[in-house]
Amino acid sequence: MPMLLAIELAYWQETAIKVAVMAVLVPTTALILGIVFLFKMMSWMQSRMGPQEAGPRGLLQLLADGVKFLQKEDIIPDAADRFVFKAAPIVVLVSTFLTYVVVPAGPDLVIENLPTGIFFAMAVSSLSVIGVLMAGWASSNKYALMGGLRAAGQLIAYELPLVLAVTGVVIQVGSLSMQDIVWAQATGEIFGWGGIGLPLILTQILAFFVFMAAVQAELAQPPFDMPIAETEVVGGYHIEYTGFRFLFFFLGEFATAFAFAAIAATLFLGGWYVPGIPPDSVWANVVGPIALFVKIMFVSFLIFWFRFTYPRFREDQLQTFAWKYLIPLSLVNITVTGIVVVAF
Amino acid sequence: MILADSGLMVAQNIGFAVIAFMIVGAAIRVVTTDNVMHAALYLVMVLAGVAAQYILLAAEFIAIVQVIVYIGAIVVLFLFGIMLTEAKLGKSDDLDNKPMRPVAIAVAVALLGLLAYSLVDYYGDDQLALAGQTTAELGQTTAQVADSVFITYLIPFEVVGVLLLVALTGAIVLARRD
Repeated sequence: MPMLLAIELAYWQETAIKVAVMAVLVPTTALILGIVFLFKMMSWMQSRMGPQEAGPRGLLQLLADGVKFLQKEDIIPDAADRFVFKAAPIVVLVSTFLTYVVVPAGPDLVIENLPTGIFFAMAVSSLSVIGVLMAGWASSNKYALMGGLRAAGQLIAYELPLVLAVTGVVIQVGSLSMQDIVWAQATGEIFGWGGIGLPLILTQILAFFVFMAAVQAELAQPPFDMPIAETEVVGGYHIEYTGFRFLFFFLGEFATAFAFAAIAATLFLGGWYVPGIPPDSVWANVVGPIALFVKIMFVSFLIFWFRFTYPRFREDQLQTFAWKYLIPLSLVNITVTGIVVVAF
Repeated sequence: MILADSGLMVAQNIGFAVIAFMIVGAAIRVVTTDNVMHAALYLVMVLAGVAAQYILLAAEFIAIVQVIVYIGAIVVLFLFGIMLTEAKLGKSDDLDNKPMRPVAIAVAVALLGLLAYSLVDYYGDDQLALAGQTTAELGQTTAQVADSVFITYLIPFEVVGVLLLVALTGAIVLARRD
């Protein structure tokens, strides 16, 4: 950002700007996904109207809901462990915020271009399960406890294919940095033709499939929503949360969906790179965020499409799918990628 | 990550002290708290503090491994196990092993003495020189770590891997009843 504006900023000024950008960006992304997909697309796919009253075509419904949540009483069960109960939603939200740190939106538009970027994102996104377990335990409610246990079992099982799928991309690019991964796709060539770069989805289609399935499970979205299954454990670890603490979980869920979609778009679809615009020009900083947003919306569409069309798995089917199909598939992908990279 | 160029590195030392006190305090609470879940959550603080210390040492990759392995996997497994078996809220009275306290204190003091003696005996008044200012000069970038693990220390790495696999298989054999 200092390069783009051609002014030199002090470290604390830069940090303040980054924090402000994050504070605005993360809730906005959750809002966008909630309105576009949860309210509108879900209604259309199920042949109903969806929210219509608040704002034009009901577009402000989620804002109205947000205000409603803020006004609600903050109820804590008598037998709950008060401190852990209060801290749990914050742990989930912190994990979400940290995931955004390494996602680049342009050659210079990145909060922090860590050399270990994608690995960092995987590590911090795995922290949210601690918040979920804390919520499940501290609520002093057997349904919450069961939901928390289901969530932990699921997130442990799907953490592995997620990381293994990313490994295929990392082997091909030869770097963990998110910017390097975008650059490799922008400057790559398909059999000598560099017209659209080389989106890694072409060579890592298997990894893309495994990654998306694992993301769906990490987000506890249907068909992997056993942890919050309302017909079985009545909301799971959410059950005792009201008001703004519930809002935190809601924000965390949708903002994490956006962050994972951003990571998928960066790893497999070229991130901020637009064919025709040289990645080292200033224009890439202007067009980059828009391109990234369009790609994120496409990936989110896939996530929510599966969410709204598939019925819930059974607990044993969930574990079978992860351990017997996704993990072997991603190991095959790593082996093949490794051989190809070494051989050519 | 650039280390400060003076010999003293004031900010790093202050950061180190703050995090170190946090680690020690949380570690004491791990063993003195009267609730198993709280102990596991204090353990998260200890492990996160260690990750932060790694970052102060410009060892980014190791810090992230610390987070993903210890906090993301091992503590989650602890919490999972505790919640599956005994997840009482509030105080538990049977967590303290009072008769064994003198033994524990003796072991702790002996360990402290041993570690302190070996450190003082080996290093004395030596000052360790920094290999460089940046992560690359220190030989701590991910590529350099990978090179040393998979070239210089390949055999020990593989041996440890097999050892862990044996332990894993052994645990499954012991746990299965059929």
